[in-house]
Amino acid sequence: MSYAIEMRNIRKEFPGIVANDDITLQVQEGEIHALFGENGAGKSTLMNVLFGLYQPDQGEIYVHGKKELINDPNDAARLGIGMVHQHFMLIDKFTVAENIILGREPKKHGVLDMAKAVKIVKKLSEKYGLDVDPNQKVEDITVGMQQRVEILKTLYRGSDILIFDEPTAVLTPIEIKELIEIMKRLVGEGKSIILITHKLKEIFEACDRCTVIRRGRNIDTVAITDTNPNDLASMMVGRKVNIQVNDAPYDPKEKVLEIEHLNVLDSRKVDVIKDLNLTVHGGEILGIAGVDGNGQTELIEAIAGLRKVKDGSIKINNDDVTNQKTRKIIEAGLGYIPEDRQKHGLVLDFSVGENMVLQTYYKKPYAQAGILHNKVITKKAKQLIQEFDVRTPSERTLARSLSGGNQQKVIVAREVDRSPQLLIAAQPTRGLDIGAIEFIHGKLIEEKKKGKAVLLVSFELDEILHLSDRIAVIYEGHIIDIVDPKKTDENELGLLMAGRKKGGSEA
Amino acid sequence: MSFFEILTIIIPSTLLTAAPLIFTSLGGVFSERSGVVNIGLEGLMAVGAFTAAIATLGLEHAGLGDASPWLAIVIAAVAGGVFSLIHAVVSISFRADQTVSGVALNFLAAGLTIFLVKMIYDGKGQTPYITHNIDKINIPGLSKIPIIGPIFFQQVTYTSYLAILISLLVWFIIFKTPFGLRLRSVGEHPAAADTLGISVSKMRYIGVALSGVFGGIGGAVYLVTITSNYNVSTIAGQGFLALAALVFGKWHPIGAMGASMFFGFAQALSITGQQIPFLDRLPSVVMLTAPYVLTLIVLTGFVGRAEAPKADGIPYIKGQR
Repeated sequence: MSYAIEMRNIRKEFPGIVANDDITLQVQEGEIHALFGENGAGKSTLMNVLFGLYQPDQGEIYVHGKKELINDPNDAARLGIGMVHQHFMLIDKFTVAENIILGREPKKHGVLDMAKAVKIVKKLSEKYGLDVDPNQKVEDITVGMQQRVEILKTLYRGSDILIFDEPTAVLTPIEIKELIEIMKRLVGEGKSIILITHKLKEIFEACDRCTVIRRGRNIDTVAITDTNPNDLASMMVGRKVNIQVNDAPYDPKEKVLEIEHLNVLDSRKVDVIKDLNLTVHGGEILGIAGVDGNGQTELIEAIAGLRKVKDGSIKINNDDVTNQKTRKIIEAGLGYIPEDRQKHGLVLDFSVGENMVLQTYYKKPYAQAGILHNKVITKKAKQLIQEFDVRTPSERTLARSLSGGNQQKVIVAREVDRSPQLLIAAQPTRGLDIGAIEFIHGKLIEEKKKGKAVLLVSFELDEILHLSDRIAVIYEGHIIDIVDPKKTDENELGLLMAGRKKGGSEA
Repeated sequence: MSFFEILTIIIPSTLLTAAPLIFTSLGGVFSERSGVVNIGLEGLMAVGAFTAAIATLGLEHAGLGDASPWLAIVIAAVAGGVFSLIHAVVSISFRADQTVSGVALNFLAAGLTIFLVKMIYDGKGQTPYITHNIDKINIPGLSKIPIIGPIFFQQVTYTSYLAILISLLVWFIIFKTPFGLRLRSVGEHPAAADTLGISVSKMRYIGVALSGVFGGIGGAVYLVTITSNYNVSTIAGQGFLALAALVFGKWHPIGAMGASMFFGFAQALSITGQQIPFLDRLPSVVMLTAPYVLTLIVLTGFVGRAEAPKADGIPYIKGQR
């Protein structure tokens, strides 16, 4: 049997952590091979070794059956290995064509030949059915098209082994479907593909075989036809996956969040929240369903004091917090898991420990007379890392270097630990793997059981249906309806989200 | 005095004072487009001016006559390039803070050049005056054109036209050659360039070295066309004006050239103010501070969103998320 790629017994250590421990990966010619594992399991490290960005401490790499040393991305490119990076390696201010040809520019008398570059890109994009506009700037194109540009970059370099690093994390469902078609077409053209993912659905839709790794170790390689989603999921997390169910009886208590006649402007000074009324009680999870851009972001920002309220009132525990300072709102009982964890949730260049006391650092026992007590902070951080299963080398590690799931756990730990009366969770599981999702869902349910109010905003209907006690559908800046998750389904929610009330009347 | 006459005074003077700024800010374009902030331009100009003074004096002595200042500019370019490597090593190889490194470059240049002047000239604080400077002339032919001739081609130096031509050349290099594309790519997204096999360090070294070469030329041109000798206050702020021109020009070669012209104009006003009606009634201190006040006003009010290269000022570390 010939393998396009064979990585034997790869070991890679980083200070304080063994990212890859004796991993073997065998990818057959012309297959789509999934590399499946949780965030932080070592998938990206393994692929960076293959791509020449890291050097392995031990192990051998064979490309098309020949042993090779891959010292840098140039070597990888020479061997026909191309990578579609998770965080796109694209230059916003360059055009699509410039991004593709960068490093191997077509020249005429030593001068860039952009006309030829555009022609080459057009030809490639037609050959593989990857629709792009070579002359547009990357900052002006959709995320889906940016990804096609990344794929074209590898094809332009003549790659026949393509690594896709969690390619669907940033895509809409339709774009995901298109991507899977593209991958199948590429395999049809004789390419081999390694798909790094933690999403089961994709594996079963796209892949031929799957290698599961967990905490840096090889678990198994299986043919997709011989397995099922449950087995794979258990293999990945190393135990039976317990789907967290919101099974506590719905027993609403006093009103915790009361929003009346709220009006908010967006950054372009357009009304985005229009006369919105909403109440969340203690002991319930209220899910807000809606298509992206219907005011969800502005609503939670207004509650958290990050955006000015034009009109109306917001009360937390009967405390009027409208247009108050964020710290005051937090002290009134708000916990906030923001939508964009890297931008608003964490100070990426602070340590994990420092991030965990971002809201409490100025209070006793973390500070006294204006001086931080690092010992107390460290102790707290260690306790939270343990309690919330944050996978980090230590509490001194920079938040930037954690995987997405672990970054999110840091935020959840910080917010939930204060046990706020009202917990806002905005897209709390976006981009996370099964284990982390399960964990965070469990925490939200726990808060509800403690009698706290939870406001959940998510674009994932599954998540909303699964966790909520009540579902409020937001459409064009107001709550169009509130439904009982037990008495509704995706179809009805879909219609509401598109602005159609029951009975077909237009809202 | 007619408006036309005022123009014949101010425009040539603007061209003269803008030329050193143009060269130096073009140097800044190379460095910052590659992702290395260079506030050491001031120091690079000082090194250039010092070298030009010494070199011109030496070449004159050797009997090279009118060719001396031109050769001195070339030597100053080399000196600037070499001196800038300090900034390159510290900020690229050792990933030190680029602002601090640039400040250090300025201090080092100021101290070192004056120290050397004192060593060479027996403790004097300044060099002798060069006798063969690049003089203001009337360009043969062109200066005879009615209206345009007296405004643009009389009482000017060739260095001004050279500066304008070179800014076009730099534009071409940065936007039309593979080298320029790669240079910009490491200033925008070094990790992306790295994954495509472009050496980030190499490109940044080249960017910084070119800023040294151009800064050296800028300082040299300032010396051989304007001051004619080197002392502690020769460069006083010119490098920072060039840096401001770089930002005002939005890191674009032609923009930097235009902005340099603007600052050159402001300086020309302060030099020629005494000859111009109305302005001659203002106290001279107002005229002398004009370039700097205008810089502040322009940078705060008119630049708008300055679009620096995205990775400008950030050391590149492989594999960092």
